[in-house]
Amino acid sequence: MSNSSGFSLPSHKFFETNSMFLLLGIVVAIAIGGIVEIVPLFYLKNTIEEVKGVRPYSPLELAGFNIYVREGCYLCHSQMIRPLRDEVERYGHYSLAAESMYDHPFQWGSKRNGPDLARIGGKYSDDWHLAHMADPRSVSPASIMPGYPFLAQTPLDYKHIDEDLIALRRVGVPYTQEAIDHAVDDLRAQGGAKGGDALKARYSKVIVRDVSGNPNGEITEADALIAYLQQLGSHVDFKLYNDAANIR
Amino acid sequence: MIEINEGAADNGQFLCVCAKEGLIVTTSVAAKSVRPGEMGLGVVLLALAFIWIYIFSKAYTGAYEFHAALFVLASLTGAAGIVWRYDRREADTPLTIDGRPNYNMGPVKFLSLASLFWGFAGMTVGLIIACELAFPWLNFDTAYINFGRLRPLHTSAVIFAFGGNVLIATSFYVVQRTSRARLAGDLAPWFVALGYNFFIVVAGTGYLLGITRSHEYAEPEWYAIAFLVVVWVTYLLVFLGTLARRVEPHIYVANWFYLAFIVTIAVLVLGNNTEMPVSIFSSKSYPLWSGVQDAMIQWWYGHNAVGFFLTAGFLAIMYYFVPKRAERPIYSYRLSIIHFWALIFLYIWAGPHHLHYTALPDWAQTLGMTFSIMLWMPSWGGMINGLMTLSGAWDKLRTDPVLRMLVVSIAFYGMATFEGPLMSVKEVNSLSHYTDWNIGHVHSGALGWVAFVSFGALYCLIPWVFNRKLYSNLLVDWHFWIATIGIVFYISAMWVAGIMQGLMWRAYTPEGYLEYSFIETTQAMHPMYVIRALGGAMFLAGLLIMIFNIYKTLASPAIAVAPEASAQLAPAE
Repeated sequence: MSNSSGFSLPSHKFFETNSMFLLLGIVVAIAIGGIVEIVPLFYLKNTIEEVKGVRPYSPLELAGFNIYVREGCYLCHSQMIRPLRDEVERYGHYSLAAESMYDHPFQWGSKRNGPDLARIGGKYSDDWHLAHMADPRSVSPASIMPGYPFLAQTPLDYKHIDEDLIALRRVGVPYTQEAIDHAVDDLRAQGGAKGGDALKARYSKVIVRDVSGNPNGEITEADALIAYLQQLGSHVDFKLYNDAANIR
Repeated sequence: MIEINEGAADNGQFLCVCAKEGLIVTTSVAAKSVRPGEMGLGVVLLALAFIWIYIFSKAYTGAYEFHAALFVLASLTGAAGIVWRYDRREADTPLTIDGRPNYNMGPVKFLSLASLFWGFAGMTVGLIIACELAFPWLNFDTAYINFGRLRPLHTSAVIFAFGGNVLIATSFYVVQRTSRARLAGDLAPWFVALGYNFFIVVAGTGYLLGITRSHEYAEPEWYAIAFLVVVWVTYLLVFLGTLARRVEPHIYVANWFYLAFIVTIAVLVLGNNTEMPVSIFSSKSYPLWSGVQDAMIQWWYGHNAVGFFLTAGFLAIMYYFVPKRAERPIYSYRLSIIHFWALIFLYIWAGPHHLHYTALPDWAQTLGMTFSIMLWMPSWGGMINGLMTLSGAWDKLRTDPVLRMLVVSIAFYGMATFEGPLMSVKEVNSLSHYTDWNIGHVHSGALGWVAFVSFGALYCLIPWVFNRKLYSNLLVDWHFWIATIGIVFYISAMWVAGIMQGLMWRAYTPEGYLEYSFIETTQAMHPMYVIRALGGAMFLAGLLIMIFNIYKTLASPAIAVAPEASAQLAPAE
């Protein structure tokens, strides 16, 4: 492969005739960008900031988070309010890095077939959510959301919820041993059973109520998902939050 | 460089007992013995079956039980397959026959037909979810086929199942032909081909059952990924092993791109799948990283799945099939070197443009945007190199619809890689992000570039490896035009929808209030969603024409000599 024009690349023969060096060259070329962009994120103040109020999910909220993941809600709903005038006015304060620090995996989303949910917590009643899950067009006639009536009919499977907490502790979520030991109790308590005080002590601002109101006190998947949705974006008190402290 | 298999020389005279005839004859045959690979893989598969039976017995959920059963079934089938193949194979597989490479095209045949199947499946699901957005009652209030579960099935099926099978098929073909050497490995190429498709079955059924990591384009859970990693490393080894056997001193340019694709996807998958399984008996895992770090790593992965799977891999296809079909050398050797290294170096930086105005630090966003804009140049370097290869052969576009498909794919590549840098500019992105403009952009690349270059390559490859003449050029023409018009419907509908919705979200009344509620913007999308579904249906109709054409091709009698056997590939100068 000689080069008849004046410009030649003699050194490239080296890569073209040695597959291992070609491989090595590729690995070096692709390593640089990734390292420069990713590694600092584990050290920079504004990406590992701690903001008052942000806490790990309670067991019931976590079960709801996992249902949110399972059903692919993130494919139509973002949880990342950008610092643009219209977004802040439509959805509330722009999202902070710290607000998703316990989201394994992150749920920022990339497409809004429906509205952003980063601060949906407390905006609608539990009954609205239940009706909306069962039949979205009953409360929002032009909605294109699928109906999820099966959530309120499916009992939540939480036998192994303590193992979920253990796995999350292993990846850095600060669940105490006590929280893990009482995971099932806490989950049941948040769904309306006894023991709410211990739960409230462990998880600040946690909302305790029987959402779906099943007569036999059974906790359904809708209970979990709504418990998750109703706390979204409510942990940080923005009256006390200092924007300038974490300027980026 | 050809390694003669030394074992072949040792074949002496052996007594062959032909039990059926009850005769004892002396004949010169090679001693058939179980190869270490057959024994090793067989043992591994049996062990795998036992492990998965154990997991099955204690699985936490029915969905995971189903997957465990699939693994057991696949392992046992694989082990049985090894025995089945042992009975039928020759005692020895020579690397060359009469001085010509003894190419291994079995896996290529399987993969190229599998790609058609997955293309049909993936695009059908795409049409279904397009209709669900236009007519939400089509979700039928059920878990298994609602938009949230079908959407990952669509993206994975078209990208990784359809695209992946095309990439592995063509790479196995191209690396053999351009190295003039038989594919490395005995069972390994089949393990890659079947293992990859099994992974797809596990991933796809998982989405329907609600097993997902919720990382876009990286949804499969830990056990599926663990299996994929084994398959993918084998793929890399087969590819490198074949290169090591090459007779040609230089590694052909298409193989640089294939190699970059294979090795980078390995790095990306490993990087984006650091996770903690809840238990070996649970399909659920939690990623090591959360929030902003998880987002950055995901889009480092996500954008480079585009860059290395959907770009580098398919550029490799372009670099083989376009010159081959046009019977012209590649336009510029120098340009291919420059744009190859520039492309792979710059692409990896572009991920943060998916996270503009988010909680990701500004400097990372700006880096992502800057490199995305720079990326325009090497992208168009590839486009120019591909298009200019037609120099002196442009007249063939009139007569060869397959070449036309390949060339139009390059034009779409140029268009999508211009639009991408534009959308990565933060000010543009503030409008386009979260809207259907993204969907339109992705599909101009996915339908116009990836699918078209794949169709063009398959129209070449399938007749070549099966020794057939393509049944009908007229049907290729029909495929081309229906699909092209479908793309135009699709992307123009999405442009309008995306820009309109972006503008409506930020519209203010003279009094300073937001003009539209969210639901009003959703309502405004409806006509566009219908047009998009129509465009998608046309694209799918084109594929059905292709499948019919290929079916008729395979049903026709074989021809004597493979049509591509004579021509040689050479880079320019």
